[in-house]
Amino acid sequence: MNLLTVLGRILDNYEECAAMVLFAIGFFMLILHRNLIKKIIGMNIMDTAMYLFLASIGYIEGRAAPVLEDGAADPALYINPIPTGLVLTGIVVSVSFTAIMLALSVRLYRRYRTLNLDDIYTIIREERK
Amino acid sequence: MSFVLNFPAVSIVLSLAASVASVAARRWAKQISCLVVVLGMAMSAAVLAYTASAGAAFTYVMGQAPAPWGNELRIGILEPLFALLFGLVLLLCILSGETTLSEKADPKKRYLFFVLCDLIQASLFALCYTNDLFTSYVFIEICTIASSGILMIRDNGPTATAATRYMIFSLVGSSLFLLGVIMLYGVTGHLLMEPLRKAVASVWAAGTYRLPLRVIIVLLVVGLGIKSGLFPFHFWMADTYGTSLPGAAGILSGIVSKGYIFLLLKLVHRVIGPDVFYASGAQNVLFLFGVLGMIVGSISAIHTSDVRHMIAYSSAAQIGYIYMGVGISPALGTVAALFHVLTHALTKPALFLSASRLADVSGGSNDFHALQGSAHRNRVAGIVFSVGSMSMVGIPAFMGFISKIQFALAGAQAGAKMLPTFIALAVSTVLNVLYFMRTVIRIYTPAPEQGEHVVRARQQLVFDGTALCFIGLNVAIGLFSQPVIELLGRGLALLG
Amino acid sequence: MKKGSKRPSLRQLWQDTDLDLSRIRPADPGDDDQVRWEQAHARRLDAAELRLFRRAYPVLCVILCLILSTALVLTVAYMPAFGREDSPTNNEVAARYIEGATAEAGAVNAVAGMIIYFRGFDTLGEAHVLFSSVCAVMILLEVEPDRRRLRRERAEDRLYDLTRDSVLKEVTRVLEPLIFLFGLYVIFNGHLSSGGGFSGGTVIGAGLILHAVAFGFTDTERFFNRKVFDVIRVAALLFYSAVMLYFFYTGANDLDAWIPRGTPGSIFSAGFILPVNLAVGLEVACTMYAMFSLFRRGRV
Repeated sequence: MNLLTVLGRILDNYEECAAMVLFAIGFFMLILHRNLIKKIIGMNIMDTAMYLFLASIGYIEGRAAPVLEDGAADPALYINPIPTGLVLTGIVVSVSFTAIMLALSVRLYRRYRTLNLDDIYTIIREERK
Repeated sequence: MSFVLNFPAVSIVLSLAASVASVAARRWAKQISCLVVVLGMAMSAAVLAYTASAGAAFTYVMGQAPAPWGNELRIGILEPLFALLFGLVLLLCILSGETTLSEKADPKKRYLFFVLCDLIQASLFALCYTNDLFTSYVFIEICTIASSGILMIRDNGPTATAATRYMIFSLVGSSLFLLGVIMLYGVTGHLLMEPLRKAVASVWAAGTYRLPLRVIIVLLVVGLGIKSGLFPFHFWMADTYGTSLPGAAGILSGIVSKGYIFLLLKLVHRVIGPDVFYASGAQNVLFLFGVLGMIVGSISAIHTSDVRHMIAYSSAAQIGYIYMGVGISPALGTVAALFHVLTHALTKPALFLSASRLADVSGGSNDFHALQGSAHRNRVAGIVFSVGSMSMVGIPAFMGFISKIQFALAGAQAGAKMLPTFIALAVSTVLNVLYFMRTVIRIYTPAPEQGEHVVRARQQLVFDGTALCFIGLNVAIGLFSQPVIELLGRGLALLG
Repeated sequence: MKKGSKRPSLRQLWQDTDLDLSRIRPADPGDDDQVRWEQAHARRLDAAELRLFRRAYPVLCVILCLILSTALVLTVAYMPAFGREDSPTNNEVAARYIEGATAEAGAVNAVAGMIIYFRGFDTLGEAHVLFSSVCAVMILLEVEPDRRRLRRERAEDRLYDLTRDSVLKEVTRVLEPLIFLFGLYVIFNGHLSSGGGFSGGTVIGAGLILHAVAFGFTDTERFFNRKVFDVIRVAALLFYSAVMLYFFYTGANDLDAWIPRGTPGSIFSAGFILPVNLAVGLEVACTMYAMFSLFRRGRV
C-alpha cells in the first residue's frame, strides 16, 4: 500500500482517474460559481466525466465494438456492451437536465436581469421586506 | 403465477401512458390523473392482500429474459404497501391542491401539473417495485424532473430561484448516486439487486475491493440522503416547500422524499446486506446526522416567522427521525423508521394544505401574526392543522405518538445508542411543542379584525373531504397501530 | 412589397412599419432595472454577514473538491484494471447479451438488442425523461401568443427573410434532404450497425432546427406545427408503452410473444426493435426541435 504501488495503479487506470478528476472539476464549478451559466457548464462537465468513466469500464483491449460481424456471436471478440447502453440513457438524462436548467436561467434573467445567484437572492430578500 | 402479480407492471405503464395521453386530451387531464391514481391504488391494494396472505415475495420478470439479464420487479409486502400509501397521498394532494392551482397557475398550463403528477406516480411506483439499480436511477431522474416541474408551475421569481436550488441539489445527489451505481457495476459486474448481493458478499469476503466498496456505500447513501433532505443537505427544503403551491409542497415533502428513503432501505437490505451495512460503521453516521437533523431542523423552525418555512424545517427534522431510526438497528429501528414514514406522509401534506387555507382567510399572508384567529374563520382548516401538529408533537391517539414509542423501544434495545436516542427524542419533542403548539395557540386566539377571503362552497367541500381522510387515517392508525406495525415487520423481513 | 420593385432598405422598412426592432437587438435593461441591479450588487458587496461567507465559501469549495477528487482517484486506483479481460464486468451477463443478440433479439447491433429487448424497461423510462423535460420547459418558457404578437412575429419573419443569408438558404436547400435521409438511415439501421433511435432522432431534429433557422418559423410551420408535434409525440410514446406492456405480460406469464425476428442482417428483422427505434427517433426529433423553438420564441 505504499505510494509507488498506488501511483502505479493510478497509471494503470489512467482513463478512469482522469474521469474522476474531471468529475471533481465539474462538481467544483457547479457549487462554486455564482453565475448560472457557469454552473450549468460545470454540471455538463461532471456528467460527461461520468460517461467517460462508464465507457472506460467496458473497454477490453484488442476487441471490437459490439456490432456482430458476419454473425460471429462469440463474446471473446467484442467489448462489453452494457456500459455503452447505460451511457446512452445517461446522455439523454443529462440533456434533459441541461435544458431545464437553461430554461430556468432564461426565466430568472427575464425577471431579475442578472444571472448572478447572489444578486438574485439579495433582490428577493429586499422584495420580501 | 397469479394474475394479481401483473398489476405492478400494469400500474407503472398505465401511469406513463396516462401522462402522455393527458397531453393529447388536455381538458380531461385532471380526471385522467385521478382515475389513474385510483386504479394504481386499487391494484396495489390487491397485490398487498395477495402477498400478505401468501407471506412471500415474488419476482416478476419484465421482458423475455430473467435476471440477471433482463429487468425484474420484486413484489413483497412493503412494496405494494408503500405504493398504496404514495398513491393515496398523491390523490389527496391533487384533489385538495387543485383550488390553489386554478388560482395561482396559468390556466393554459394547468394540464401540465396533472401530466407531471402522473409521471411522479409512475416513477414512485417503479422505485417501490424495481429490483434493478439502473432502472431506479432512470426513474429517480423522472421523479426529479417532474417534481421540479410541479414546483415551477407557480409563476413568480422566488419560485424559480427555489426550483433552481432544488435542481442543483437534486443533481448533485443523482450524480453521486449514479457514480456509486457505476462503481458497483465496475466492481461486481451486475446491476440487478439479487445477483449484486451475492457478488458484494463474495467480493467483501475475498477482500479484493474493500476500499471501493466502502466508497460505494458512502456515495449511494450520501446521494440518496441529499435528495431526501438529510442534515446537512436540508437547506433546499425551506425555500422549495415555502414558495411552491401547497399541493406541490405536499407531494414533494410527503411522498417524493419518502420514495428515495424507501429506495435507500432497499439498497441497504437487498444489495449491501444488513449485516455488512450495520458492521461497517455507516449506520453510526446515519444515526448522528439523523439526530443532528432533528435538533437543527427544529431550532430553525423556531426562528422562522413564516408558517410555511416552519413546516418545511419541521420536515427536515422528521426526516432526521427516520434516518435516526435506520441508524439504530436493522430490525426494530427500521420498523420504527418505516412507521414514521407513514406518519409523515399522512401528516405533512395535511399541514401544508391547511396552512395555505388559513393563510387564505388571513389576507393571503403566511406570517404568524397575520394568522392569528384564522382557525375561527376556517374551522376545518384549523382542526386539520391542530390534528397535524398534535401528531407531529406526539400526543397520544395520533400516529406521531406511536412513532415515538417505536423509536424509544428500538433505542432501548440498542445498547450504546440508547441514551443518545432518548435524549434526542426528548429534546426534539420539546422543540416541536415550542413551535407547533405556539402556532396552534396562535391560530385559535381571537383576532381583533377579520381578514377577507371568499371561500367558494365547492372548494370548501373538496378540502373538507380530503381533510377528513387525512385526519381519519391519522386517528385510525394511531389507535389501531399494532396490525400495521406487524405488517411492516413482516414486510421488512421479506425485503432482503 | 410590390413585385419587381427595388428591395427596400432596412431603414425604410423601419420607417414604414411599426415593428418593434428591440426584438432583433437584445433589449437593453430598462432604466429602473439597471438601477435595481446596481443597488442589489452594491448591497451584496456591502452586506457584512455575507462578506465572511463570501470569503470562506470558495475556500470550503476548494477543500471539499480536493477531498472528493483524492478519494475518488484513490478508489479508482483500487478498482479493476482498465482494459483487462478478467475484469468482474466481463461475466455471463455481458456474454449472453452478445450471444443472444441475434438468437433472441434478432439484432446485429448487440447494444440495440440489449437496450430494447433485454433491458427495455430502462429505455421506456428514458423516453419519458425526454417527455417530462419538454413538459417542464413548456411550463417555464411557453407563452401563448395573442394576435398582436402573432402578427408581429410574422412581420419579423418577413424582415428576417430579407436579411437572412442567401448562402445559408441555398446550402440548406441542398443539405436538408441529405440530413433527413441520413437521420432516417441511422434510425432504420439501428439494429444492424451503430445508431438507433436516439442518434437518428437527434439528426432529424437538427435538420428541423436548420430549416427553422434558414427559412424561418412560418415556413417550418407549413409541415411541422404544434398539432403535428403533439400527434407524433403522443402516438410514438403510446405505441412504445403498448409494445413494452405486451412484452412484459408475455414474458412474465411465460407466454410466447410474437416477435417477427426475420433474417438477421436485413432491415425488416429484429422483431420490434425497428418500430421501437422509429418511435423513439420521432420522439427525440420532436423534442430537439421543441426545445429550440421554445427557447427561441416561446412556443413550439
